Amino acid sequence: MTDAINQLFTGLSIASILLLISLGLAIIYGTMGVINLAHGEFVMLGAYSVWFLQKFLGIGLIAGLVFVFIIVGAIGWFVERTIIRHLYHRPLDTILATWGIGVILQQAVRLGAGAELRYVKMPDSLTQAIPIFGVDQSAYRIFILLLTIALLVATYYLIFRTQFGMRLRAVTQNPEIAKCFGINTARVYSMTFAYGAGLAGIAGALVAPLKSVAPDMGTNFVVDAFMVVVVGGVQSLLGTVASAAVLGQVSGVIAFLANDTLAKALVFFGVVILIRFWPQGLFAMKMRRG
Amino acid sequence: MALKRRDFLKGAAALGAGTAAGFPHIWLKSASLAQAAGGTIKVGVLYSLTGTTAIIETSLNQATILAIEEINAAGGINGAKVEPIIEDPASDPATFAQKARKLVVGDKCVSVFGSYTSASRKAVLPVFEKYNNLYWYPTLYEGRECSKNVIYTGAVPNQQQKDFIPWLVKNFGKRFYLIGSNYIYPKEENNVCKILLKKLGGEVVGEEYVPLGHSEFSSVIQKFKDTSPNVIFSTVVGDSVVALHRQYKAAGLDPKKMPMASLTTSEEEIAAMGGEFAAGHFTSAPYFQSYDSPENHKFVEAFRKRWGKDKVTNFVSEPAYFQVHLFKQAVEKLGGKDITPPNIRKASWGQEYKAPEGLVKIDPKNSHTYLWPKIGEAQSNGQFKIIEESKEWVEPLPYWAYPGQVCTPDGLETKKT
Repeated sequence: MTDAINQLFTGLSIASILLLISLGLAIIYGTMGVINLAHGEFVMLGAYSVWFLQKFLGIGLIAGLVFVFIIVGAIGWFVERTIIRHLYHRPLDTILATWGIGVILQQAVRLGAGAELRYVKMPDSLTQAIPIFGVDQSAYRIFILLLTIALLVATYYLIFRTQFGMRLRAVTQNPEIAKCFGINTARVYSMTFAYGAGLAGIAGALVAPLKSVAPDMGTNFVVDAFMVVVVGGVQSLLGTVASAAVLGQVSGVIAFLANDTLAKALVFFGVVILIRFWPQGLFAMKMRRG
Repeated sequence: MALKRRDFLKGAAALGAGTAAGFPHIWLKSASLAQAAGGTIKVGVLYSLTGTTAIIETSLNQATILAIEEINAAGGINGAKVEPIIEDPASDPATFAQKARKLVVGDKCVSVFGSYTSASRKAVLPVFEKYNNLYWYPTLYEGRECSKNVIYTGAVPNQQQKDFIPWLVKNFGKRFYLIGSNYIYPKEENNVCKILLKKLGGEVVGEEYVPLGHSEFSSVIQKFKDTSPNVIFSTVVGDSVVALHRQYKAAGLDPKKMPMASLTTSEEEIAAMGGEFAAGHFTSAPYFQSYDSPENHKFVEAFRKRWGKDKVTNFVSEPAYFQVHLFKQAVEKLGGKDITPPNIRKASWGQEYKAPEGLVKIDPKNSHTYLWPKIGEAQSNGQFKIIEESKEWVEPLPYWAYPGQVCTPDGLETKKT
């Protein structure tokens, strides 16, 4: 019984971190069709932002999350305005451009902040392990889980219950018609990209105390994020959640029964097979793209 | 006028021939013999200053420069100044090989100090063996190598573990969980650990390798909770060390009952993970910054004065430092005549030096170094408290786990059983 509870929580924790990282990418890719290979670097920037805030301005992790969202969101907005917006009709070029942006960001951070592993302090209130159903779980991981759910709810609300969300959905369905209706598509795209980047930043900030902060930490994350988005189905929030849950739990189980190396390999293998039979992912939106 | 193919080929051939004629050392073996003459002794310094392993390799570069400056300030070697030629191979083994070739062939260095990862050492080995030069390698490694062109001043598994494993078994128990990064160093160390445990009646309750750079350890920690080992023998490296320690503590595990024992966690990693996550775990190494000896105090002070008062010294930068002094003694012995890499190698055999960790000696049999293993407990202030230290120096046996093989001055020999 303890095993099962432990396993459930391990899977939930891995899944919540996966979802946190992929949410921003799902929004950007789902709504704009932009394959943002710099997504991992936005996560990295979030981690470095929270380190910077903590080290030089003395702002703690939880208080700093808002600032991190704004900082990385602003960087995302800037990137979209200067580079991405010229490449909407050229998906292959977007891949190259965002990869280049990722490399530039990585090296800029390395030159600016140095290549050493950086230390981000976990909030004191969350360093303990608290017993859940009689089994000790890391309080910080539970915090991440709860915050991920909160962000998910906030994103859902933003997309389905606000004016901005409605405009976003309209632009996603058919940008030309949306323009005819007077929607400023350029503005919608910028804000969406900024939102996605901001989410990635928060993901990086939350993950930083649990892992480590280095300039190349983003590369691993972007691979996992793309896997989640591709399996879940583009343009489907529910798909992303389901996919993160499945992938997280499965890799947790395999890692427990065998080891992490095998888990990674088998999960990738499983994803390849899944995509072969369901190319649109688990929850594909059936609609014609304009 | 359009460039015709014929003209282009002619031009390229002429350029190629001209290059070969103008740089005979590319194809003339004898022209590459490095000789030091005319008042300076050129040495290569080959540590990554950029890239993933720059974090630790920068400290090795700094320790080497410090030693060279000390030697020059004291008058050089028999009056000749040591001239360091510094290259940055950017944490990429292929670049290591390229820069090594430049130092050995182009700059004609009589020795090169370099490398942290085994991958980079293996990459430069062909260069040093082809041109019969000398590479001084300061990093602890997995052993099982016996090159006639390398002097190894880092610890090999038998030196790291001979006292460590029995001490762990005595103080904590016989059940070990082995977790390492997925490459040759952890696998060889675990091999030695298993041999030692078998002799002590210990038990390996789990053995696992995670990808390099892996940072999600929740499954692994779950396995710790499940199998309840007495000791977690950890050979993960780099980012994984930080992630493992943090997640270990966040999950509520207790280092008093299930400590992590490692060979690679140094003062640098503790600084990266935060002291409270490191406290209570153990490392075995020949050197810790907190070691109380006059030579060490002098070394740490000099290092801080030269490079910044917040710098730490670690068990890789200390060998990087003392190996330069051993080099100096070897060259001194040659008396200014025939300073060539093979002669320096022979002169280095048996050289002793009072290093910050204790008196060290280069073993003539295998060009490895006699070292003083110590066991340290990490403290929350970022330093180690030395719990045990070896009463005498430990002989290096790079093929300890392979009884049929032995390293001799002429290379690897297989014993006929």
